[in-house]
Amino acid sequence: MTVAILASDLVKSYTPGLRALDGVSLQVTSGEVLVVMGPSGSGKSTLIRTFNGLETLDSGELDVLGVRLDAAHEERQVRAIRRRVGMVFQQFNLFPHLSILENITLAPIKVQKRSKPDAAARAIALLDQMGIGEQAHKFPAQLSGGQQQRVAIARALALDPEVMLFDEPTSALDPERVKEVLDAMRQLAKRGMTMVVVTHELGFAREVADRVMFMDQGQVVETSDPQTFFTSAREERSRRFLSQMM
Amino acid sequence: MRRRNLFIQLGISIALLALLGLLINNLAVNLIRTGLGLGFGWLARPAGFALAESALPFTPSDSYLWALTIGWLNSLKVIVAGLVLATVLGVAAGAARSSGNRLLSSLAGGYVALIRQVPLLLQLLFWYFVAFLGLPAAPMGGLIKLSNQGIQLLGLNLSVEFCAVLVGLTVFTGASIAEIVRGGINAVPRGQWEAFRSLGLAEGLGLRRIVLPQALPAILPALTSQYLNLAKNSTLAIAVGYADLYAVSDTTITQTGRAIEGFLLLLLSFLLLNLLISGGMAAFNSAVLGRLNRSR
Repeated sequence: MTVAILASDLVKSYTPGLRALDGVSLQVTSGEVLVVMGPSGSGKSTLIRTFNGLETLDSGELDVLGVRLDAAHEERQVRAIRRRVGMVFQQFNLFPHLSILENITLAPIKVQKRSKPDAAARAIALLDQMGIGEQAHKFPAQLSGGQQQRVAIARALALDPEVMLFDEPTSALDPERVKEVLDAMRQLAKRGMTMVVVTHELGFAREVADRVMFMDQGQVVETSDPQTFFTSAREERSRRFLSQMM
Repeated sequence: MRRRNLFIQLGISIALLALLGLLINNLAVNLIRTGLGLGFGWLARPAGFALAESALPFTPSDSYLWALTIGWLNSLKVIVAGLVLATVLGVAAGAARSSGNRLLSSLAGGYVALIRQVPLLLQLLFWYFVAFLGLPAAPMGGLIKLSNQGIQLLGLNLSVEFCAVLVGLTVFTGASIAEIVRGGINAVPRGQWEAFRSLGLAEGLGLRRIVLPQALPAILPALTSQYLNLAKNSTLAIAVGYADLYAVSDTTITQTGRAIEGFLLLLLSFLLLNLLISGGMAAFNSAVLGRLNRSR
């Protein structure tokens, strides 16, 4: 079992005295699905955004796929990580002025120097996999939220990432659109993708996660297998959070 | 209420008509007093003055019409070059201001702050008398030969006057364009930056392919008025002796006394020029909006 992400004692604060990350340590092994849960403001989004350098660190050590990221935030290292780590956002963040196909092929063409036909063929295959192959020539705003988020997943997958990060991927969706996105993520997990997922979807966590990590106030409260976490969480704070969710 | 509106409108109309009548009356009185009448026959007479620079052959025995045409071409030359260079400079400075690089953004900020505080006329005089006439008499430099006689750029001979006007207009307008570009860039959601970064795209590429195209609708209307300003400000060229349309018209009017006709031609020329600029920008604008609407 190889280690995909190794973090020790990560600290990050936006305002002096208030720590968004307050000494977070964790390990994600290859092929594992880690679900991160916690109340809003607990630092879970900040945490996974440090994994691809969208957030800088104040201190601590972070190793992603063998590349070190620290407070120095070396541009070349960050870029090297981003080419191997895909990210899906709460607000989809598709490029509104580009077609679905262009959204997906831009990075493979520019970053991986693939030929246009090659990148397009791969994009179509990924869209088919996501069940939206017929949408390739539309623009983002012509798609439903669920479809847009599946395009965003395809866009991230187009770079053949070794790790996928999901930052509350279903929180901005209409309730009836949540399932199609979760299904796509479930498929991805089944094929052995290493995933870190910030979500409030208890069903998804229970069914797909290998481990659930619970955060509060910038700290890791507990990390358990889903069975333990949902039936007999070790910490009082976890149990209180779960009772509010259900 | 309606009645009152009607009275206000009527009052304004009468005032405007009275003003127009006054102007026409003045014009008629002046025409009678000078005994010249209104006519354009003088345009065919030889100008009798030389022009320091001309894009096409010109001698003092050529007509006033030809002299004015040369002036118009000189204006066009400095305006078109100014539009292109001011856009390049403005976009670069605007992008630098919104970049994360602190050195770049404070340099660009200093440039904008300094240039916007100083009147354009002073800046033109500075570029002419201090920067360009201050150059040594003997040419220096390799690919670009600089001297106080002119600038030689890849076989292109540019006069000191032309360079002073061009640089002055470019630097002055570039500062305003930089602010417009910065505002447009800031209007693009943060998520778009995060999305292209998380795909491993470089900053410059993301700016060009993702951010700027989305900033365009916010940038274009304000950019158009900067372009029109640059065209109109080019008439300040007379201050450094560049033979633009305004300078040639000025000489023509002095020599012929045909102030009314001269100014009419001048007004028409600039109207035409600015209609071209705003028409071109409007077409570009609707092309951009069309593409954006298609994507909605």
